[in-house]
Amino acid sequence: MTDLKVGYYPGCSLQGSSRDFAESLHAVAKALSIELVEIPEWNCCGASSGHMLDHLLSVALPVNVLLKARKAGLPQVMAPCASCYNRLATASHEIATSPATKAQVESVLQTSIDKLPRVLNVIELLAQVSDRIAPKVTKKFEQTVACYYGCLLVRPAKVTGFDRTEDPVEMDKLVAAVGGKTIDWSFKTECCGASFSISRSSVVGRLGAKIMQDAVKRQAEAVVVACPMCHSNLDLRRGEINQQLEHKTDIPVLFITQVIGLALGLPKKQLGLGRHFVPVKFPAKPLAPPTVP
Amino acid sequence: MSSHHESSSAHPSLAARLEKEGEVSVADCYQCGKCTAGCPAAEEMDVAPSQVLRLLQTETPTHEDRALKSLSIWMCIGCETCVTRCPQEVDLPRAMDFLRQEALARNVANQDASDVVVFHKAFLNSVERAGRLFELGMVGEYKLRTGHFFKDLGIAPTMFFKGKLGLFPHGGANKREVANIFARARAVKKESKV
Repeated sequence: MTDLKVGYYPGCSLQGSSRDFAESLHAVAKALSIELVEIPEWNCCGASSGHMLDHLLSVALPVNVLLKARKAGLPQVMAPCASCYNRLATASHEIATSPATKAQVESVLQTSIDKLPRVLNVIELLAQVSDRIAPKVTKKFEQTVACYYGCLLVRPAKVTGFDRTEDPVEMDKLVAAVGGKTIDWSFKTECCGASFSISRSSVVGRLGAKIMQDAVKRQAEAVVVACPMCHSNLDLRRGEINQQLEHKTDIPVLFITQVIGLALGLPKKQLGLGRHFVPVKFPAKPLAPPTVP
Repeated sequence: MSSHHESSSAHPSLAARLEKEGEVSVADCYQCGKCTAGCPAAEEMDVAPSQVLRLLQTETPTHEDRALKSLSIWMCIGCETCVTRCPQEVDLPRAMDFLRQEALARNVANQDASDVVVFHKAFLNSVERAGRLFELGMVGEYKLRTGHFFKDLGIAPTMFFKGKLGLFPHGGANKREVANIFARARAVKKESKV
């Protein structure tokens, strides 16, 4: 199998509060012969705080990252964090559509901006190699889960161009490829509160409660995500969420890379499964009925 | 500046500046309210998202002031639901960014949102210092500036033992280059205002 080589922008969360996402991504990439080439000397994209406080900086920081990738000869850059992915894609879109912003950013970075690399999210990357996944499944992922996409993978459509904006299905297809079942539900792209995790955790609790409540009501045994903020807000903030719920919930939140890793038979430690706040446990499946003697 | 804006060119209205600087036309909004209906943060707001646009449409200083001093512009999470559903594709998240930045420039940001403002500033300060976000350093600055010392002390030890809380900033970025980008961005903005 030929290696698929792709530029890799880890982003700050994957070095800290979402190390489990990074660990499972690397383990799965290795198993699927994907070579992740980290962009040398990458910087923070500015995230939500960047675009909220400083528009120029919010374009210049991601463009600086993309220029480094281009210099390193990488035509595609994959950003596993949905917020990073969105900031890189938005910056790229602004450079392509706003000559005024482009001129300002060129002045900040003191270089001319030509073609920028294509920006991918982790689901798009895994979809590119989906034919490699099924043959390598050693242990079917036999759970029923809710695929939660959140905001920034799918919105705004004219920037990301990814999947169906209001009812995305690409992550559901990946779960199905490893033997899992996914539920139909209403909160696939509702907001979890994102960067309010610290400054307004009550808002995160309120929004997260609605998401978890619907997933549980429709018999999901776990929620699957592809974003560090979504994971933190639904896992680490479960205390705030449960304060808002009449029926507390303890179903785990997994990264899509952890789900695929489990099906590929990779060790739990390599997938960072011990780092979650809500333990990754699934209800025991009923045993086959005993044969009558 | 487009001719339909009524304020004099010496003091262009926020709507005129938003059109020029942010390429967002608030005149395109016909007040259907779809943005407000789908906004996850609407119940935290003092002025509904569609009404923030309405305040700008009138191009009067009193209304502009109400928008700039509103809590709403700080309660917007940036989830992009509104612009995705807007029949006129009015980029309301971009307008919110513009209003936040203008509120800070005029020093009129809503006091009830001061912790949100401090969070975003602490985030960017951390990036300016190290080139990448240092989560613990950012939270430390946030606590110092807001006085919320005891918040989240419950989850911090668990985060630490789960390996999710780094005690030191991450190396790897080109610090000087990033500091330079911050400095140049300030200079370019200053030039464009002259």
